[in-house]
Amino acid sequence: MTQPLTLRRDAEIAASTLPALLAKADHLASGVLLGEHGRRRAGQGDDFWQYRPMMQGDSLRSIDWRRSAKGDAQFVRDREWQIAQSVILWLDQGASMQFAGTKDTESKASRARVLMLAMAILLIRGGERVGLTGFTLPPRRGEQQILRLAEAFSTDDAQDYAPPEARGMIPHAKAVFASDFLGDIDAVEAALAKAADRGVRGVLLQVLDPMEEAFPFEGRTIFESVGRTISFETLKAKDLRDRYLDRLNERRDRLQQLCRATGWQFNCHHTNESAQSALLWMWRAFDGGAAR
Amino acid sequence: MIGALGFTAPWLLLGLLALPILWIILRAVPPAPVRRMFPGVVLLLGLKDEEQISDRTPWWLLLLRMLAVAAVIIAMAGPILNPEARDQTASDSPLLVVMDASWASAPDWRAKISSLEDRLSQAGRDDRPVALLRLTDPEAPVFQAAGTLISRLTGILPEPWEPTNAMIAEATNILPEGDFDTLWFSDGIARENRAPLLTALEAKGSVTVFESPRSLYGLEPATFEDGAVQLTARRLRSGPEQTITVQAIGPDPSGNETTLATQDLSFAADVLDARGSVEIPAELRARIQRFTIAGSRGAGAVSLPDDTLRRREVALIASSQNREGLELLSPTHYLERALEPTADLIEGGLTDVLPANPDVVVFADVATVSEGEEALLLEWLEKGGMLLRFAGPRLAASDVSRSEEDALMPVRLRAGGRTVGGAMSWGQPKALAPFDAESPFFGLDIPSDVSVTSQVMAQPDPTLASRVIAQLTDGTPLVTRKRVGQGQIVLIHVTANAEWSNLPLSGLFVEMLERLAVSSITATPEAADLAGTTWQPAKVLDGFGTLRDAQNLPGIAGEELVTAALGPDLRPGLYQGEDRSLARNVVTSATELTPTQWPDRIPVEGLSTSRETPLAGWLLALSMVLLFADVLASLALSGKLRGARVASLITAAAMTMGMPDISHAQTDDRAAIDATSELRLAHVLTGDDNLDGLAAAGLKGLSDVLYFRTSIEPSDPIGVNLETDELAFFPLLYWPITPDQPTPSAEAYAKLNTYLRTGGMILFDTRDADIASFGTSSPNGRKLQALAAPLDIPPLEPLPQDHVLTRTFYLLQDFPGRYTGRDIWVEAAPADAELIEGMPFRNLNDNVTPVIIGGNDWIGAWATNASGMPLNRLGTGFSGERQREIAYRFGVNLVMHVLTGNYKSDQVHVPALLDRLGQ
Repeated sequence: MTQPLTLRRDAEIAASTLPALLAKADHLASGVLLGEHGRRRAGQGDDFWQYRPMMQGDSLRSIDWRRSAKGDAQFVRDREWQIAQSVILWLDQGASMQFAGTKDTESKASRARVLMLAMAILLIRGGERVGLTGFTLPPRRGEQQILRLAEAFSTDDAQDYAPPEARGMIPHAKAVFASDFLGDIDAVEAALAKAADRGVRGVLLQVLDPMEEAFPFEGRTIFESVGRTISFETLKAKDLRDRYLDRLNERRDRLQQLCRATGWQFNCHHTNESAQSALLWMWRAFDGGAAR
Repeated sequence: MIGALGFTAPWLLLGLLALPILWIILRAVPPAPVRRMFPGVVLLLGLKDEEQISDRTPWWLLLLRMLAVAAVIIAMAGPILNPEARDQTASDSPLLVVMDASWASAPDWRAKISSLEDRLSQAGRDDRPVALLRLTDPEAPVFQAAGTLISRLTGILPEPWEPTNAMIAEATNILPEGDFDTLWFSDGIARENRAPLLTALEAKGSVTVFESPRSLYGLEPATFEDGAVQLTARRLRSGPEQTITVQAIGPDPSGNETTLATQDLSFAADVLDARGSVEIPAELRARIQRFTIAGSRGAGAVSLPDDTLRRREVALIASSQNREGLELLSPTHYLERALEPTADLIEGGLTDVLPANPDVVVFADVATVSEGEEALLLEWLEKGGMLLRFAGPRLAASDVSRSEEDALMPVRLRAGGRTVGGAMSWGQPKALAPFDAESPFFGLDIPSDVSVTSQVMAQPDPTLASRVIAQLTDGTPLVTRKRVGQGQIVLIHVTANAEWSNLPLSGLFVEMLERLAVSSITATPEAADLAGTTWQPAKVLDGFGTLRDAQNLPGIAGEELVTAALGPDLRPGLYQGEDRSLARNVVTSATELTPTQWPDRIPVEGLSTSRETPLAGWLLALSMVLLFADVLASLALSGKLRGARVASLITAAAMTMGMPDISHAQTDDRAAIDATSELRLAHVLTGDDNLDGLAAAGLKGLSDVLYFRTSIEPSDPIGVNLETDELAFFPLLYWPITPDQPTPSAEAYAKLNTYLRTGGMILFDTRDADIASFGTSSPNGRKLQALAAPLDIPPLEPLPQDHVLTRTFYLLQDFPGRYTGRDIWVEAAPADAELIEGMPFRNLNDNVTPVIIGGNDWIGAWATNASGMPLNRLGTGFSGERQREIAYRFGVNLVMHVLTGNYKSDQVHVPALLDRLGQ
């Protein structure tokens, strides 16, 4: 039985991170110049797209008389198709994301959260519907959704390497998956396959700590996962470096290959780089995806 | 006891058996791994270590730890190197210690005493009574407890003499009753009187001899021959080639004892003596108090010089030399001949020679001296000078000391003197009467052919008899003497040449001069010569060769001084006689130095004692070092020791150890090659970074201009530190002046002056022509005056219109920099330079001016940045650029002038120049 008092306290603790996260994400998002996010084809919307000769089937009401009066033919004024997209996000909240190589660097989880929330803010301000994969938070519009997303992102998963959540995918929606992708690659593959089946395209953002790229270890070492479920002992960590890096690159290649096969885009972001660059890349990749 | 190693607690060594068990235990403990959180661990799963490093401790680490533990165990067992054997055949008979204790024992006296102390301690442990007998100072030995004797050991010192026969006889007599064993500490020199004592000692019990195998050096008294001090050293044992250093020690002018001269003497292989000579100036020679062999202790290694080494300084004053030629008639000729071999002669006027403080002043027929000279002479006489006067025609003719006794004459003289045995006189030439016992000449043989034909006569006086020290057969005085203060005046009543007497031709003359201590004795006097004299010891040597004051030692009779053997009554040292001093040295040419030959039955031991050396401390230290190495190794194994850090530490240590010298030398060479491989302009570093940067930029701009316009292709300019850098590499030094730059040191000024004298040029730039014309008291101008004061700068003048600097490359009359001040000063042209007919130039074939002084801030105008754009704005618009161009032209002319000198001053160029000038 949950005591009201502890519930309240936990809620306060949980909520206390929200404003900071929101502020950070907001700040990050404000760096991206938000353009009108049209579909680059004629359709329903407010903006002028083109004039075209009237064809059979066009109602008389759709004729633009002002343009037509300049000549003999009747012209129809097309508007750009503006339709709200559904964007579904998946953020790896597994324990492995809480790793930070040194005291000074941000943990992977917090960087990924900020990036995802900033992306969500950008998308929602662009008029899109944003939600999470799965059934916990379906895509919706509005500022309120940002708060809900922030809350959802603020929870941690005790599981060491969380598999991607591929359920509840809305057909032809857009998706953003952020994780370190160090866990089971088959689950990623299955999720992407499922997404491809539904016509969902999107972005894979791999967030890594610089230490995971450098492997600066020497001597006899026992490596443990953050959740302490997996451990590995070596006598000479230095010798493992090359082979570890090979495996890491192999993993990255596989992810890229998966993305190519399914029409997704892949990027690797390190926590010592600036968050802005990753956000810009994501936004551009996303916008580009929207044009297609 | 294992060989030379013993243990105080050998049972503890059983602990070494536990080492194998420890080995097994330690082996099982691997180094602790580091636990690291790492999400990438999934990628590592399945990887295998390539090298199979065991997770057990590596064998070498184990070995290290084992060694550490073993070292501790062994250390606890108390190992001792060279433990003293405590099981020698103990004898409980008393022990008599016989010591030669002569000067020859002194060099290794300390070793003897410590060796003796060992033996005495041993005797103390064995409860044997001990007694001590010193052969140089025999006293009846009394057996006593060893501890009592040990406590007295420091007071037992060697004597500066050797045991004489009498001493040995006494020692034999006072040997204690009963049986005893003997330890004889010998000095290593063979003496005949050893044998009887040895026999007597052997009759009482066993005899063991201790003798140092080291060689021994003796220094013979120095002699003076051929203008140099002759030194002879001898050694006891022949051996390989060897060189020793002999030092002459005496007071320096301020009275502190110092080494006045040194001379190396080399013993050839298997030769027992070494000779050498050293030339020492007379002034220094007179100050020498002793000669010693450097690094050798003992009275034998010291020799004291006496008067034999000292040459008297004799000033010869003759009456005015108005006689030409006729050397043999010169009043001083025979004196010079007699004194030259043994004395240093000084010639010159009286006032010139007296300040040199001669020992003797000789007046050869000098009648009067001026009052001032007389006062000086009297003062000098009071302090111990000796005035030796010879009579002669002038003295006889003068009124000196006629009615009153002259201060500088010993007696009054009767007018005219007398002549005997001549063609116009009665009587025979007079011979010399035998000398009285009181006379200093007593004992000299008088040759029968010495006669006197003329003399000056002394006026009979009450004091006359006491003043006569030699007279003729008829009782007339020949030599009279008067004491004045510490000095004396001696008058010889005949001439110093052969005019009045043939005395100066005889050997007696020389001997008389010697007796008067006018000339120095060259050989040690015979006993007979010294009979009846008494000599007072002034300084005596102790056994270690230290010179001490004689204090209240009694005087010695002259004949004993030279013949008697050294002993407590006649210590080696310096003895003072009436007029001179004599030295008794320990080692003379007669001293025999031969090594002892002991009979085979006598055991002879060296002095080296192998002392007990406890090793526990060393072993414990070793184990600490091993454990420290273990810590490092363990850290390294578990990856906690960063290789890079260690490497950097080691490199840093290595850098600080040996590198700097090499690198310094290398950079010196490199800098020199850099500076000289191409022509480089140079500026003096002022310590002001901005200004130095500007100077570099300015010279760089000028170098570029030179490169583009002329055949001079300078490399990058260089900053010169006056204190450390070589200046000779640079033809031109640009020296910007700031009020606060440091003044160069004296060495730097010396370098600068050499630089200026050998053709270098310095361009001083006060950089203040905008606010002050040169020479007024701007801060920079004052600083320039201060800086240039010690420099060797010739007279200067404002740059004349026809100076070669105006036409070495460009034809210029203005020399602007950033400012356009007119005053530029260069070396002044010679005053006699003339204008050549029909030419606008004077004929000036002078050298390159060593300095140019101005204040136009040329570097400011020349300075460019890396891309060649000027750094400073000059004036406005085109006129500013024109000013910069002229500034560059001045720079080109300047460098041309430095490099080509007065080439353009040659009149050959005049027609071409006139053509260009349009005249």
